Amino acid sequence: MKRLILAPFLVLLLALSAPAFAQNAPSPGSSRGTVNAEEMELQRMLQGGRVEGRTTIPDARSEVLIQPQGKAWRDFHNVTLAWVGGIAVGGMLLILIAFYLTRGRIMVEGGLAGRTISRFNMLERVNHWMVASSFIVLGLTGLNLTFGRYVLLPIMGPYAFADVSLWGKIAHNFVAFPFTLGIVVMALLWVKDNIPNGRDIEWFKMGGGLIGKGHPKAGRFNGGQKMIFWITVLGGGIVAASGYFLIFPFWGEFGVADMQLAHIIHSVLSVLMVAAMIAHIYIGSVGMQGAFDAMGSGEVDLNWAKEHHPLWVEQEMAKARQVVSPTGVKPAE
Amino acid sequence: MARMKFLCDADRCIECNACVTACKNEHEVPWGINRRRVVTINDGRPGERSISMACMHCTDAPCAAVCPTACFYTTADAVVLHDKDTCIGCGYCFYACPFGAPQYPRVGNFGGRGKMDKCTYCAGGPQQDNTRVEYTQYGSNRLAEGKLPLCAEMCSTKALLAGDSEMIATIYRERVQRRGYGSGAWGWRTAYRENITT
Repeated sequence: MKRLILAPFLVLLLALSAPAFAQNAPSPGSSRGTVNAEEMELQRMLQGGRVEGRTTIPDARSEVLIQPQGKAWRDFHNVTLAWVGGIAVGGMLLILIAFYLTRGRIMVEGGLAGRTISRFNMLERVNHWMVASSFIVLGLTGLNLTFGRYVLLPIMGPYAFADVSLWGKIAHNFVAFPFTLGIVVMALLWVKDNIPNGRDIEWFKMGGGLIGKGHPKAGRFNGGQKMIFWITVLGGGIVAASGYFLIFPFWGEFGVADMQLAHIIHSVLSVLMVAAMIAHIYIGSVGMQGAFDAMGSGEVDLNWAKEHHPLWVEQEMAKARQVVSPTGVKPAE
Repeated sequence: MARMKFLCDADRCIECNACVTACKNEHEVPWGINRRRVVTINDGRPGERSISMACMHCTDAPCAAVCPTACFYTTADAVVLHDKDTCIGCGYCFYACPFGAPQYPRVGNFGGRGKMDKCTYCAGGPQQDNTRVEYTQYGSNRLAEGKLPLCAEMCSTKALLAGDSEMIATIYRERVQRRGYGSGAWGWRTAYRENITT
């Protein structure tokens, strides 16, 4: 009897609670939020950004799940850098060969005077050669990382090439320090004579005496030398800074995106600097009579100096006269 | 030949990190190196998913494309392996890898990168299979013993699947059909330019 009375209540209770049950247990898919791997990967690839999350590993780098920027870096390294580097370095070599064949060695027009004038002191020369020799090591070992696989690896075989590349990498890391020191000393020694001025524009207009006729006037450093100075100091400075960033990969909170950027800056500037320095080496050696002495013995031929740096020669002469007979002291009658 | 792949069913992964631990133990991976890791996205929010990620053994692998010494090779099972004897530890594969798979011990100059280490799909390296020297350099070679990677074998919820691409895709497809949802195969679009249609 009791059951019969309760039955309608039970039915009513069930009927009322049914929608509530349905709300508490919806389909698992909707309450978990919709996430789609393919959509997410495609979106991050097209719009930038990365798929990131949280890990229990105490390393922020491991929190990046997928970084599509790796593809962009790969394209930069394998395509852009190879072309920029190939064209810059190969192109410069071709230009210089063509220049040598048409213009030949630039001679001192008035012939050698036989008398010399002191151009660079010992400190300047030692520092120059420290930078130069470390740059050659850095440049060759650096180029090896991009082009060695295609140029040296087929000739040397995998194990010999790996040994050379490994020692090259170690050399690259260590030689970076004397290079940087040299850049700093170089900047301090020569910056005062390398401030660009109106004469430099004139120098470039006349093709620096290389292409056109006649010698544009110049002080201690001409427009071209000033350009080389700033390429070395600014370019070398940025290349060194970005390089240290790559040497210490575990230092700081920097992620893969920072390393990719540092590598791009480092490598592009480096190949352009290599191209510029090939031209610098050419004109300082086989390209011009009398030029090497400046960094060799430090004493340059007076006629060479008068042709290329007349204003500087005048200055030096004035200084010398000052020493021999200071103003106010009249020579004896 | 089979085309080996990993597939992490993120709707099953409970972020227990057993795959990470199993991997470290099996291969005696040094401190600081994680061949596999579990990343939780949207942590604490709707759409939270945990994904176990390691080297995906890409088709047209970016690491192999950028390596200055060409130390990578792909096996007949489509597993991407590398030769530590020709690796110079430059870090380029880490820049190019979409999945952060390459790891480096801190042994080089100035505490820099040593020779790269990554997931081998439990397939060792170029040394003679299952030798001491192979184990020291690359860890154990389970594939040569006819076994699949330990991370997937250990997975408590069978979220992480390893094996032939077709087979694991079929298993995943059946799961999604049965339960009615699935977030897809993480990394497949990036690694293989394909996805599992369900």
